[in-house]
Amino acid sequence: MSINLDRSQVIIREKRLKSIVGYQGTIKDLAEQSQSGCLKNASRGFSQATNCNSGCAQGYLSSITDAAIVNHGPIGCAGDVAGANAGFQWGQRIRDWDQRNVRIINTNMSEKAVVFGGDQILKEGILKAYERFKPKAIFVTTSCASGIIGDDIESTIKKAEAEIGIPVVPVFCEGFRSQIWASGFDAAFHALLTRIVKPAEKKRPELVNVINFVGSGRALITEIFGRLGLVPQFGIPYSNIEEISRWSEAGATISICGTLGGYMGNGLEQNFGVPYVTALQPHGISGFDDWLTKLGETVGKEKEVEEYLAEQKILAAPELEELKFKLKGKKVVVGMGPSFAHNYIRFLEDLGMEVVWGFSWHYDAKHDHGGCPSCTTELTKKDKDIPVSVSDQQNHEVINLLSKVKPDIFIGRHPGMSVWATKMGIPAIMVSDEYSAFGYQGTIEFGHRIIDALTNNSLAVNLSKRVNLPYTEWWLEQDPFEFLEQKNKKTERENKKNVAVR
Amino acid sequence: MSLCVEQIRHVCTLGAFESVLAIKRAVPIIHAGPGCVAKLWTTLGSQNGHQGSGYVGGHAIPCTNASEKEVVFGGTDRLRKVITNTFDVIDGDLFVVLTGCTSDIIGDDVGEITRKFQAQGKPIVYVETGGFKGSNLIGHELVLDAIIDQYLQPQQVEPGLVNIWSSVPYQNTFWSGDIEQLNLLISSLGLKPNVIFGPDSSVDAINNIPKAQFNLVISPWVGLRTAEHLKDKFGTPFLHYPALPIGPTETSNFLRTVGEFAGIDPSVVENVIRKQEERYFYYLERAADTLLETRLLPRRFITVADSLYALGIAKFLTNDMGLIPEKQFITDDTPTNYQSDVAAEFAKFTNDIAAETVFSNDGGYVEEEIRRLKIRSRPIILGSSWERVVARDLNAYQLSVAAPIGNELVLSKSYVGYNGALQLVEDIYSVVLNDFM
Ligand code: SF4
Repeated sequence: MSINLDRSQVIIREKRLKSIVGYQGTIKDLAEQSQSGCLKNASRGFSQATNCNSGCAQGYLSSITDAAIVNHGPIGCAGDVAGANAGFQWGQRIRDWDQRNVRIINTNMSEKAVVFGGDQILKEGILKAYERFKPKAIFVTTSCASGIIGDDIESTIKKAEAEIGIPVVPVFCEGFRSQIWASGFDAAFHALLTRIVKPAEKKRPELVNVINFVGSGRALITEIFGRLGLVPQFGIPYSNIEEISRWSEAGATISICGTLGGYMGNGLEQNFGVPYVTALQPHGISGFDDWLTKLGETVGKEKEVEEYLAEQKILAAPELEELKFKLKGKKVVVGMGPSFAHNYIRFLEDLGMEVVWGFSWHYDAKHDHGGCPSCTTELTKKDKDIPVSVSDQQNHEVINLLSKVKPDIFIGRHPGMSVWATKMGIPAIMVSDEYSAFGYQGTIEFGHRIIDALTNNSLAVNLSKRVNLPYTEWWLEQDPFEFLEQKNKKTERENKKNVAVR
Repeated sequence: MSLCVEQIRHVCTLGAFESVLAIKRAVPIIHAGPGCVAKLWTTLGSQNGHQGSGYVGGHAIPCTNASEKEVVFGGTDRLRKVITNTFDVIDGDLFVVLTGCTSDIIGDDVGEITRKFQAQGKPIVYVETGGFKGSNLIGHELVLDAIIDQYLQPQQVEPGLVNIWSSVPYQNTFWSGDIEQLNLLISSLGLKPNVIFGPDSSVDAINNIPKAQFNLVISPWVGLRTAEHLKDKFGTPFLHYPALPIGPTETSNFLRTVGEFAGIDPSVVENVIRKQEERYFYYLERAADTLLETRLLPRRFITVADSLYALGIAKFLTNDMGLIPEKQFITDDTPTNYQSDVAAEFAKFTNDIAAETVFSNDGGYVEEEIRRLKIRSRPIILGSSWERVVARDLNAYQLSVAAPIGNELVLSKSYVGYNGALQLVEDIYSVVLNDFM
């Protein structure tokens, strides 16, 4: 579906990308069903707390350096701001900047506003944000409450904008609207594409937009790109409004994550003529090779990329061999967002490990360029079919499954997940930095991280001996996907085979 | 109260699910949007002393994750399903259904659903905690109201048993350590604390709430409503002690007040006090050289915290440590009807010192005010991790004592009592000493 910048509101992933949060089967089946267009979301008779898209939208936009955010809702909807600030402090630290706090104001919606409407408090919030921060733009993030009571956000924003003379941009991200929290990234990018990015006055073919989060990999990428004659422009976090307005000047856009960058990348391509590189993620060797090769193809630097990769291969070969030897046959369960999950599955299999289960917190049946996600189709090329499920951090499914398949290690991303494997005595790694396992050296680094986690597991073992899980014995005896209401659910026998006790 | 809020320090009513998690084997069931738990947990947990999910917190909490469908067609069916299956899946002793904005605005009849489970004999209560109702401190009291009204049964009074209502779980970063310290203090008088929250808690203690000889509210205002409610319902008397006892002056006063209220022989109380004070001054004597002779000691302090900590810390630093209070910022959204009482407590210091109080939950406003203060010497700002920036800018010392605290890992630490005061002295002067090396 093409990205429509005439709308003020982004189309949520369920509708745009046929995204789902409930599925159980195998990677080949998942890809097949999404390609044939018959993939359906399965609901659950029991569910646990997940996340909402406002978190992604707000968190992402809050680290634009000269913008402010007005979060229109009860104060709890700004509960994640302390987390956004912690991330922001870290990002400023690694750039050696003076540290300041994130600029987010919450409209503190009370009972009165719920009854009589919140337009007035929103207006006040916007004016307050302008007065306090003198920002170059203000983003207004919505909440369940503002969405349900039907505040006329757009007209309030227009009025405020006329008064203060800077862009005031709505970011529609009510928690209840989408079950896919990554819809919040799209909402954030939609706001940027519609109101901040301007058509290019001049083109800069050497410039490459790199969409990422905190951006710890900047130095390395700058060095690699430099060898190719390219200049990276990192963002959106830690960019300023002026820089973002000129993202249209670049020769290409590439992302560290397919889930994150797709909307912005394709939006820039479709509306501003900047090609988007739809490669694998640069985690692990084959991912990195593909990422850089496709970039090279897009900007006409094939030869330079080829040379660089050939050199890296030789340098890294001995250490990679050693890693593969040590990790061969180790059983791993992966639990991450869809792009990271499917990329890490590939990468860990490349290291010789056996991925016994892959959880992705949601799954996009297609991406904004139209095709099935490349990280997923790539996995279908392997002989081995990998059991996977789609489960928005449904802890009961994860724990039940882990208790049955008992992997050597759990590798996750997103807070509040790896800890549960640890409580079961299973060593766990949380991939919080998006540049973990990036490129050749990152891959080797990460391999050693796995080896270290396997070498001393005393914390997990000690915890597991003393800590009780909150699940009943009854539940742990059930099929992990008992509550998944999936029509073509794998038969119990097939399922047993996949989650067989090892 | 401030209209807009920047740099938030507490969350909305629904944040009270953390109070449920603070009771061992009690399980919240949330009927709200998909992001509420994760967001509220950030301010109250992961960015607040790095308190993790524990037994059944975080992503283990049963939740309806209300979507568009529930908002349009009502969420009661979904909630009924989740509750039914929670009983099978989660191993718990008490279940508390809490609602968020979505449910409260569309008007789901959560009471009707819960009563059906109650009629089946299930240990479950419900409470409407739509975020727009107020802070999680109000929510904390609402949860206790629900337990009192829907769950507790009258009991024979057990002499000496005391319910303590003080630090609010998870909101007050040091709550579990505080509760342990308060229990020790109360036990030292020969009374028996009924441990409702924290590492020694249990649902049995909840059942035993009506057994208490009296309720003890140690807090400027939070918990008063609970004590009044218990008085109405079970006739239990209560003692309101407005300040968190930190340091010898306040703690000894606290022990005497409680001892008198409970009818304990004063010689028992004095004995306890003498021993504790001796220990405290043993250590303080050793610290005195440094407290007096270090370069650039702070002489003045600014507090930015819940009324509970602002008052407790201000009293200790003024009455015991010889520091002078600058403005005291009270950020817990103190209901207006309590504000004058709370402010009055800040005018009762030694040497006729009175501390000026500012009530605001808007950290942005607080920051502006701090920047406006004219302070001689390097002050210490006792606040949250939000204040690290302004402290750096003003060349002030900073120690995090109130939510959110992202820059410290907090386990059992507490600033309560004699021992807590030593801890606070250690922490404050370690900040100072660290600054030199
Ligand atoms: S789900 Fe709705 S109410 Fe909950 S945090 Fe997200 S926007 Fe706020």
